[in-house]
Amino acid sequence: MFFLDPFFYEILISGLLAGVMYALVALGFVLIFKASGIFNFAQGVLALFAALTLVGFQTGQIPFAHLLSLFGLHATHWGAGFPTIVALLFSLGVMVLLAWLIVQIVLKPLVNQEGIILFMATIGLAYVLEGVGDLMWGANVKELNIGLPEGPSEIILDATDMFIDKLEISAAIVAIVLVVSLTLFSQYTKMGRALRAVADDHQAALSVGISLETIWWIVWSVSGLVALVAGVMWGAKSGVQFSLSLIALKALPVLMLGGFTSIPGAIVGGLIIGVGEKLFEFYIGPLIGGATENWFAYMLALLFLLFRPQGLFGEKIIERV
Amino acid sequence: MKKFTLAAVAAALVGSMVPASADHTIPLLSYRTGPYAPNGIPYADGVTDYINMINARDGGVGGVPINLIECETGYNTERGVECYESTKGQGALVYFPLSTGITYQLIPKATADDIPIHSMGYGRTSAADGNTFSHVFNFPGTYWDAASIIIKHMMDMEGGSLEGKKVALVYHNSAYGKEPIRTLEELSKKHGYELLLLPVDHPGQEQKSTWLQVRKEKPDFVTMWGWGVMNQVAISEAASIRFPMDRFIGVWWSASENDVLPAGDKSDGYKAIAMNRPGTDFGAYRDIQKHVIDAGNAAGAGDQVGTILYSRGMLNAAYMVEAIRTAQKIHGAADITPGMMRDGLENLKIDQARWTEMGFDNFTSTIDVTCENHGGPGLGAIQQWDASSKTWSLITDFVGADRDVVDALIEADASAYAAENNISGHCK
Amino acid sequence: MFYREAGDFKTSYQSDQATFTLRLDKILFWGLMAIATFIVPFFVTEYWEKSVFLPFFIYSIAALGLNILTGYCGQVSLGTGGFMAVGAYASFKLMTGIPNLDMFLVIMIAGLVTALVGVLFGLPSLRIKGFYLAVATLASQFFLVWLFNKWEWSYNYSPTGQINAPTRDFLGIDVTGPSTAPWATYLFCLGLLFIFAWITRNLVRGHIGRSWMAIRDMDIAAEIIGVNPLIAKLSAFAVSSFFIGVAGALYFSVWLGAAEPTEAFAIDKSFDVLFMIIIGGLGSILGSMIGAAFIILLPIFFKNVLVGYCGIPTDIAEFTQIIFIGALIIFFLIKEPHGIVAYWRTLKEKLRLWPFPY
Repeated sequence: MFFLDPFFYEILISGLLAGVMYALVALGFVLIFKASGIFNFAQGVLALFAALTLVGFQTGQIPFAHLLSLFGLHATHWGAGFPTIVALLFSLGVMVLLAWLIVQIVLKPLVNQEGIILFMATIGLAYVLEGVGDLMWGANVKELNIGLPEGPSEIILDATDMFIDKLEISAAIVAIVLVVSLTLFSQYTKMGRALRAVADDHQAALSVGISLETIWWIVWSVSGLVALVAGVMWGAKSGVQFSLSLIALKALPVLMLGGFTSIPGAIVGGLIIGVGEKLFEFYIGPLIGGATENWFAYMLALLFLLFRPQGLFGEKIIERV
Repeated sequence: MKKFTLAAVAAALVGSMVPASADHTIPLLSYRTGPYAPNGIPYADGVTDYINMINARDGGVGGVPINLIECETGYNTERGVECYESTKGQGALVYFPLSTGITYQLIPKATADDIPIHSMGYGRTSAADGNTFSHVFNFPGTYWDAASIIIKHMMDMEGGSLEGKKVALVYHNSAYGKEPIRTLEELSKKHGYELLLLPVDHPGQEQKSTWLQVRKEKPDFVTMWGWGVMNQVAISEAASIRFPMDRFIGVWWSASENDVLPAGDKSDGYKAIAMNRPGTDFGAYRDIQKHVIDAGNAAGAGDQVGTILYSRGMLNAAYMVEAIRTAQKIHGAADITPGMMRDGLENLKIDQARWTEMGFDNFTSTIDVTCENHGGPGLGAIQQWDASSKTWSLITDFVGADRDVVDALIEADASAYAAENNISGHCK
Repeated sequence: MFYREAGDFKTSYQSDQATFTLRLDKILFWGLMAIATFIVPFFVTEYWEKSVFLPFFIYSIAALGLNILTGYCGQVSLGTGGFMAVGAYASFKLMTGIPNLDMFLVIMIAGLVTALVGVLFGLPSLRIKGFYLAVATLASQFFLVWLFNKWEWSYNYSPTGQINAPTRDFLGIDVTGPSTAPWATYLFCLGLLFIFAWITRNLVRGHIGRSWMAIRDMDIAAEIIGVNPLIAKLSAFAVSSFFIGVAGALYFSVWLGAAEPTEAFAIDKSFDVLFMIIIGGLGSILGSMIGAAFIILLPIFFKNVLVGYCGIPTDIAEFTQIIFIGALIIFFLIKEPHGIVAYWRTLKEKLRLWPFPY
């Protein structure tokens, strides 16, 4: 039986690890949806933008170099780049600044609009960010190396004959740290409680003196941080380039399955999708022509939804007339 | 409706502003944006710099400067059609869209408009049959040539036989990626290897199960038809599962520096088929340096000079320039029409002596296009990546494809197309 | 002063429900239609046909279709690209399988096939709502594209999976293939758009349209007053998919002439059409067309200005254009969350009162 297949366990593990990578992207969506009811279409582009900024700082690129060359300035790089840790902090700073701009320019005028309008606004945002990111840092592939271990883990390879990428193990560790700290943050800090209050009821939160703007700024900053982490993890694998923004599509079935409003849901959903699509592709895929992962993830999520229309961990939808 | 009329008025305005000129107009359908931009940028830069060099050094071809009109397609067929229609009216001589999808789109259209298409090693393979596809050229080689040459190289590595071996094809799950399947299937019948097909969906960032499949099936060789981010991920995944890199051979579109660099040292030994020699040690490069780059006119950001795809862009532009020259010679006129350009392409002959004259000494294979054969010689060499010095180098000579197999397939597909579209063949 | 309703009296329920309640509106509309039908065809060039009119007409039909589902019935769908693929492949099989079939019939049958598929993929909507449904419809998007990429019968066993449209006619006039006259395809698509806009208008003010809107506004309440959600939702899916299938068939056969599923009908198509109806105006026929114009024609306009007129390098022009369009989307939403069509309404109100402000 397939339980005896030595590959079964390897698929299981690499499915779990791939699931963690999906969950990293999905987390950003959940944070924003929970706090403001916005389905943030720009999350993938945010990850691309963050990764581009990080590489830009690391390698000392001059922003808008290509644009400046129109005016006769041909330099593309400063003398030297920043060390990784400084570049990371700077990129985080850029994401926080960006979050503030987004809240002030886009979200503030759109308070109390319907979900689909806010969704559309984030599409506009995605367009702008994509254009600005490419214009600032150029559209070519950039190597991203922040010193994370890469390649198959020797210890696991010797012990079990499985190829598990160290990069993915680090991604899993980072994801766990991220989720635990986010949970602690929202459970035990004042800010976190304010956050949950806003998520529960905007108006009630406002009436007890919580500033919606500040909360939104914080939420978008945190999801900027999550985007940075996702961008780094995915970018380390494939180089930083436009395609990075398409990882958002991998996160959507995860969201559906886990529920738009649940942080643990994003993780569990990611794991189920990761394992499910890998097993299906590996055992059934070759029989029907392969490349099934994209649609199977959605079909799997759809199946779950038919039984629980609000996702595994989503809040129960109660409707009244 | 208001927006629409506004756009209409303005577009008409812009359209009427373009002066009619006596230049050789060549549209460059490029993609410097979108998911495939990393591949599109160096290619477009190479074409642009070479044409600018010809204009600066020789004042154009036969005294008539070349007017290169760049049009952004984003690797998107709809926008490719827009580019085609908007540049066609300006006297475009030839199209080379660098996209298999756009090429398919343009084949019937451009043929009806009497404008030639040059799809250099991409597009519809059976267009090599010039008798059926009068306006489409795909020299110096087709996907099916490439597939056959790659198989040949595998046979050489195995000491002449692939009997009982297993070959996996990892391919971009699109028209482009599916191109070589027929040929590989035919060849597997002939040489007795087992073919394993592993599609990867666009964009291809997640290939875990593909490479687990490779581990399970343990193919002796893997070949790849990839494009964009798929290449980078495939090469690093292959390295991660410790697949021997010298048994991993890509097509010429999976063979740029961009593809191997993100995988770092692990990509050492990766092979790919090439249509030209890598490096910058050529007369044409020196001329570009002198007339274009030093003059501060480098295309794009100017950081792509010398890369594989940049050289291929140069090569493509060099074919075009030489075809214009041939057309001028045939028709005895300096100004040529798209129809004459087609004749120029169809009678294009470049031997090594001519290549050296053009500044491409020992750079690529000779070209001999005939009315029946638009696919050129179909030669290719194998290049290998050295990760420590970060350079490609050729490890074999230019060799030919298995003509028996490839020609039969081209014949079959072209005659099916001819029957579908009532084409009687234009070569007598 | 010029635009007023004085003198227009409604004496019956019919006239109160008319599409153009004002005589001036009616004259303007038919005047525009007359120009589009009798004058433009004489001047339309291939560039205008292939780059401006056909994409505008075809995307307008698709947007109308999605607007029926999303704007009128409230079911957000991201399966448009997949349904367009069904229409395109159905028309390809019909064109190659029955060579003598008139193109109009080909398009209609392709639409019917798509409607069937649409109903099938619409079934989950009975249980799933809102953004969950939007994401669930992506399942159909990815599955259908995968299917047409894999299923060799669907592309007549060609080695690459590319499909090419052969030359076919409508009442003896070629409308597909490489050597069609610009006016022929222009009129063919314009006519279809007109028919579909007319159908939409009459559906949404009739019984079925009202049941869709009841479901949109509050499905539970609608159910209580006797609207059958099964019939309402599935009929919306069927009609919507029919329109989108027609658009897909036109897109492949009349406009582009060749297609491959992974590129031509990818997820971007679904998003683009959704953007069109949100920007143009949900639940509005004119809005669907304005949205299509915005998403399809604005980039071409920007491109022509920035590259053709200002001579900016193509990539910088492209990025600037993306930023512009993004900023415009945000700007319009902030100023007018109900779509550009709401501007049109405001303009009409203002015109009615002009030159007096109140």
